Amino acid sequence: MGTDRLSPLTDQDRTARRMGMVACHHCHLLCRQPPAPADCPRCGAPLHSRKPNSIARAWALVLAAAVFYIPANLLPITHTTSLGAVQSDTIMSGVIYFIHSGSWPIALVIFVASVFVPLLKLLILSFLLISVQRRSRWRPAERTRLYRITEAIGRWSMLDIYVVTILVALVHLGALANIAAGPGALFFAAVVVVTMFAAEAFDPRLIWDGMEDRDDGKH
Amino acid sequence: MPYIACHECDLVHRLDEIPPGGAARCARCGASLRRPKRDSINRTLALTMAGVILFLVANTNPFLGFRIGVQVRETILATGIYQLFQQDMKIIATLVLFTVVIVPAIHLLSMLYILVPLQLNLVPRHLARVFRLYMFLKPWGMMEVFMLGILVSIVKLVKMATIIPGVALYAFLALIFVLAAMAVTLDDHLIWEQIDYRR
Repeated sequence: MGTDRLSPLTDQDRTARRMGMVACHHCHLLCRQPPAPADCPRCGAPLHSRKPNSIARAWALVLAAAVFYIPANLLPITHTTSLGAVQSDTIMSGVIYFIHSGSWPIALVIFVASVFVPLLKLLILSFLLISVQRRSRWRPAERTRLYRITEAIGRWSMLDIYVVTILVALVHLGALANIAAGPGALFFAAVVVVTMFAAEAFDPRLIWDGMEDRDDGKH
Repeated sequence: MPYIACHECDLVHRLDEIPPGGAARCARCGASLRRPKRDSINRTLALTMAGVILFLVANTNPFLGFRIGVQVRETILATGIYQLFQQDMKIIATLVLFTVVIVPAIHLLSMLYILVPLQLNLVPRHLARVFRLYMFLKPWGMMEVFMLGILVSIVKLVKMATIIPGVALYAFLALIFVLAAMAVTLDDHLIWEQIDYRR
């Protein structure tokens, strides 16, 4: 692996930005920093040293997702009709149903994917945003790892949306047995999509920028 | 260009030749910088072709049958999404259609479009645009999550009725492994390097 360990420069001096370079965010081609906004000569994507307005966009999306998270958990996601009786279920009541019926592994899977993961993702992203805004120097490698985790786990929250889709598709036998989607499902889908965009908006390079900015006191 | 910057922390590295099967990690943050693959184009193309067949099987056959009393209901994926449309859950229906059908379809087609010419030593037109679309849509293909959704649904319904697994269910399962294997065998830098931009 070709890192030049003998270099007298510190890591902070060897970032592309410090060296007057830009790495394309799409194809990772390393280019000289263009004087005016320009596109990557190889893949044609706009060149940015950092994602534009990363912090503001990520905060806006995190806050929107946090707002949607409340109705997503309070409103019913399914209405089940069984022999004429209608029962409405929220995500939590579905989890509790599975615990009572003895299939606690399924209860755990739904709880983790639907309740725990979105909340964890919002908390981690908020923490990362605050730490970046305060130019924290605390454990950048670990914070980068946290960011990778949020990117990887978010998709699993779609689980309940898919379960609702399949139940609705299969169970529509009129008054005998029928399952319809409730309004909570819509908010829940919004939480998943918006948090995915929030993770995408955040630029992990900002975590490391905090390491160099204090060295010379300028941005 | 022997120099690259880490895409997660911006640290510049000089990159020497990496043997196939080896990997280069960022010295500072540990991000994976390069991971050259053996026989990448050939293997990924083979998997893509298998994926196309499985995709067609998975979307044209019933994935679950549901029997309650004498009533039997079989569902193919499209009818499930259509039911959601009927119930005025258009946004969710669109989201499911997008993440489980459209994105995997674009995924497979864009790979065919890129890899068939490369296998024949040609560079496809608009390679950069197609591959950027592929990379952009990558996180939105969620077949493996959908598969878990099917399993949870089966557990939910098993007390109400008899569940009959369909052909599409097995095709879905196989497709997930094929898509995962494609992600492993594809060397994205190899694709980018096909673009001759110094003209």
